[in-house]
Amino acid sequence: MAEVKTYREALREALVGELDRDENVVLIGEDIGVYGGTHLITDGLYDRYGQHRVIDTPISEGGFVGAAIGMAMTGLRPVVEVMTWNFSFLAADQIIQNAAKVRYFSGGQVKVPLVIRGPNGGGVQLSAQHTHSLESFYGHFPGLKVVAPVTPDDAKGMMLTAIRDDNCVIFLEAGALYGTKGEVTEGDNAVPFGQARIAREGGDVTLVSYGRQVALCLTAAERLAEDGIEAEVIDLRSLRPLDEETVVASVRKTHRAVAVQEQWRWFGVASEVAAIIQDRAFDDLDAPVERVSGAEVPAPYARNLEIAAFPNADQVVTAARRVLYRKEG
Amino acid sequence: MAKTKERADKRAGGKHPGGQSGERTDRNGAGRAGDPEHLVELYRRMVLVRNFEKACQRSFRQGKIGGYLHLYTGEEAVAAGFLSAFRRGDRVITSYRDHAHALLLGCEPGAVMAELYGRRDGLVRGKGGSMHLFAVDRGLWGGYGIVGGHIPLGVGFAYALRYQGTDHICQLYLGDGAMQTGAFHEAANLAGLWGADGRCPVVFIVENNQYGMGTSVGRETAMTDLAAKFGAYGIDHEKVDGMDLGAVLDCAERVTRRVRESGRPYAVEAMTYRLASHGAADPEKYRSKEEVDSWRDRDPLVLLEHRLRGAGAVDDAAVQEIAGGAQKEVAAAVEFADASEPPPIEDLYADVYAGADEYLGKPPELTDEEGR
Repeated sequence: MAEVKTYREALREALVGELDRDENVVLIGEDIGVYGGTHLITDGLYDRYGQHRVIDTPISEGGFVGAAIGMAMTGLRPVVEVMTWNFSFLAADQIIQNAAKVRYFSGGQVKVPLVIRGPNGGGVQLSAQHTHSLESFYGHFPGLKVVAPVTPDDAKGMMLTAIRDDNCVIFLEAGALYGTKGEVTEGDNAVPFGQARIAREGGDVTLVSYGRQVALCLTAAERLAEDGIEAEVIDLRSLRPLDEETVVASVRKTHRAVAVQEQWRWFGVASEVAAIIQDRAFDDLDAPVERVSGAEVPAPYARNLEIAAFPNADQVVTAARRVLYRKEG
Repeated sequence: MAKTKERADKRAGGKHPGGQSGERTDRNGAGRAGDPEHLVELYRRMVLVRNFEKACQRSFRQGKIGGYLHLYTGEEAVAAGFLSAFRRGDRVITSYRDHAHALLLGCEPGAVMAELYGRRDGLVRGKGGSMHLFAVDRGLWGGYGIVGGHIPLGVGFAYALRYQGTDHICQLYLGDGAMQTGAFHEAANLAGLWGADGRCPVVFIVENNQYGMGTSVGRETAMTDLAAKFGAYGIDHEKVDGMDLGAVLDCAERVTRRVRESGRPYAVEAMTYRLASHGAADPEKYRSKEEVDSWRDRDPLVLLEHRLRGAGAVDDAAVQEIAGGAQKEVAAAVEFADASEPPPIEDLYADVYAGADEYLGKPPELTDEEGR
């Protein structure tokens, strides 16, 4: 059974489900309670679960993320909202130095069952300080798990998995897509981490992406299909752990790959994907792996500049044609 | 000995920074501070800590201990006094100057030393070293290496302990240097906020040893009354003479009971002094020999020994027996650490993640066809 819901409703459904199921689950963040949440993900939950489970905090990311880590170490399962991931730099010391490592440097004596969630990426004219895609930043650190669902169904299913996980999960939501709709499975649809989703099957070229850029790849795939090129679109969903097998299997079939990301080109997920493919499927490749990335600039405000700063379907189509050695149609 | 006694006499009556104690209306907690047997036992443990730290210094110089090494020498009465008020189920969290807390919570000196030696029998199996001692079964929830970074965690512990319906509390140790970090101020603000309705039972224990590394408190902040800073966050506070075990005990029993009962945070600034250098490789250009000597007169071990002798609780023979016992115990710890094996190499990838994903961080091994 499935019902059409927004990405926002799907996230909220997962939170409600886990709040009902497990008293150790608490929500923490700025204006998530009385205000209802800046993005309305937690709207109504304060009245339903009370101030001690839906905890409004001052503007104090380092403090409340750190306190949530302490709560998690004590047996609670906090879900922290960082209003946007851009503010998480203020809590980076807590996330990286404590949440990611304390299990290791305590010789396995503690665990940190914690979710940190919020909108990631740009596209809504927030300019430089409020626009970042932080998947490779957090994905760099052993001890963290990093996921980036794009469909409402995955948003719910991966949130369920994140809350039940005994580790710190960096939950990167596609902020620009909170209002988009899709079918959401009724009941418990927990999605295991480390399993990519094949968003579209095809045999000619593999487009590897995650988050908001998956939609871009699907658009590009439709256009390629008009010229008889069948692209396979892989939605990684989870970046740490990363499902190498699905990527490699697809490339063995198509022999060509384009990795697409919103973030900057250097040191990004697309580079990692390209490296994995050349490590594990070098002989299967008929062309070098291409990367499509954001422009190497802080995000600009003006709409036309912002659009130019992020990948678009044209760039994906062009890259796909290049790895196929096919001229523009 | 005579000279030491004279110094102790001089200083005990003299002016010292922690002399002005806070409220003393509740005297019920004074019982243990007045119990000579308990005091002798604490003296024994403090002597053990002192000897342990001396051995660390030696082993560090011999190259047996790597990394950083921060000693608690001179500050023993603070942890000894407060941990005397520890109850099973409470939590202790501190910075990287953490050997004393582990020993005073009853960790085997051999296991602590083996950790410093980076051996498999170490407290955290060789994963953390001097700065990251953990023994959660004994209440030690860690030593942490980033100044101030552990403070929000302790506040979170306290919230969760009360959320779970227990009457356990968190003893949160921090230095004067940590009070200048943003992490401190954010965490103190949350503790005051959550504690206002009795949901944050944390005792902030400021080990004010006068220096953040080589920078004196007066060069760290214009507001040198550190206890008073807690007032800005609605947290009641007092100062205590951190060199006087009796005063610390009295304070600790009263304060921990109050926090346990009320669920509200409380802060104690213990005035103490780091008689050792900051780290093992500290040239100590920032303080004079005279200053250090003047504090040696108020060495907590000297003051306590003087008090115990005065009360007839120990004599020369007892003091010697305690010193000899500590030396023997520490020598055995060093021997144990030396004999312990390094951790197995398979441990490299262990405990990066909890649960079934324990080895998630380990890279996949490439097959011959894949890797060239």
